[in-house]
Amino acid sequence: MKKILLLITIMIMLSSWAHATKEKLFPVPYPPFSNKDIFPCMNCHEGLDRNKKVRQLKEMHQDIKIEHHGDRWCYDCHDERNMDRLRLANGEQVKFQESYRLCGQCHGNVYEQWKIGIHGKRTGYWNGEKQYLLCVHCHDPHTPRFKSMKPDPAPIRPDAHKVKNKKH
Amino acid sequence: MKILKDSFIQRRKFLKGLMAGAAVALAPLTDSEASKFSFEEYFQKHFMEMTKEEKEKVLKRLADEYKQTYGKEFTVKATEAIPDVSFGYALNLSKCIGCRKCVTACVKENNLSRRPQIQYIRVLRLPKGSMDLEKSEHYYEADLVPEPNYYYMPVQCQQCRKAPCVKVCPIKATWHEKDGLVVIDYNWCIGCKYCMSACPYFGRRFNRGVTQIPKDEINTNVHYLGNRPRPRNVVEKCTFCIQRSREGKYPACVEACPVGARKFGNLLDPNSEIRQIIDKMRVFRLKEDLNNDGRFFYFFHN
Repeated sequence: MKKILLLITIMIMLSSWAHATKEKLFPVPYPPFSNKDIFPCMNCHEGLDRNKKVRQLKEMHQDIKIEHHGDRWCYDCHDERNMDRLRLANGEQVKFQESYRLCGQCHGNVYEQWKIGIHGKRTGYWNGEKQYLLCVHCHDPHTPRFKSMKPDPAPIRPDAHKVKNKKH
Repeated sequence: MKILKDSFIQRRKFLKGLMAGAAVALAPLTDSEASKFSFEEYFQKHFMEMTKEEKEKVLKRLADEYKQTYGKEFTVKATEAIPDVSFGYALNLSKCIGCRKCVTACVKENNLSRRPQIQYIRVLRLPKGSMDLEKSEHYYEADLVPEPNYYYMPVQCQQCRKAPCVKVCPIKATWHEKDGLVVIDYNWCIGCKYCMSACPYFGRRFNRGVTQIPKDEINTNVHYLGNRPRPRNVVEKCTFCIQRSREGKYPACVEACPVGARKFGNLLDPNSEIRQIIDKMRVFRLKEDLNNDGRFFYFFHN
């Protein structure tokens, strides 16, 4: 009887382990934190109360604006038990380096295409090792819309000198 | 008799003139200091007809030449096509924001002339909802891109399989490589510009001036068929950065694109990004009705 119980527990453990490692890990650069000393978060958050009320932050993180599909609050994505981790909908804690799994919960379509290289930027080797980027490298998770930028200068018109003369 | 003598004198004169003419014509060959026009260069064979040794000799000569001109050590390569590779390119028009970072990266990587200005990529700005190229503008100036009500379509060489430019070249100075790249032997090109007239994408540029590149910006990793400093009065073009792509790297424009709109890879590899896009997305080719069978695909996808 004991043996059977042991066998069952081992099987359960194995299956849960298999489930946990089902998600393939992707090589990504360090997450783009707002400044390099801000991580680990628990340096400050250790011992702080978790306030789930949606409010204007006054002492810290005032720069964070949340414009991401309606009403959101920190603990929708950040794990309240351990601020150094993010939290999936099923309660699983994930590292910031794996944040694509969190984003993929809602943006499954994009996640699938990111995995096979249709969405997102790849650098490195087309026939070898590729450098992936996290979703948050391009889309600030708090305001995900891609930021506008200044374009590089326009090409010089072949008749540029004539146009210049006409103005005088 | 008089007539005979006259004609004899005239013939002598003519021969004399011919000798003098030949001397003038050969002058650049003898005086290599005054001109870079060397004997070896003048009698260089077509790139495809050269043996391996002859190629190496040419590469070495070019490296010496470039060192003299630019004062830097150049690596001049003639890397051959990787077997079982057929290059393809895809561009996501929903993602492109028209920032022209690809243009800048291309100019730097490929040693393009800054003045007169040569750029291989043209970013067209089109009003949303229109595919009419006559409404496009590539001299657009904007403080911030993307601008509302516009989308952007970069155009460069499409590396067509049935390339009109290759068909019209009277001296076979341009041809298809095994991996699909359309290349030019810049030492064989006579600068007749037929290919430029034939290309429906304006994919080729004529190097009318002496290439001017700031010395600190010059790329010394060059390929014979790609980004080596081009001689004057020849036609040049995008080669999907042959000096990079044949070593497995992405072209410079792919690496520069901040939005990841540019995708590159091997069409024969079913798992490559380019194949995933062609298999799963609705792609189109520019001016497909011309039946050029290009390797450059466009697609819309968020």
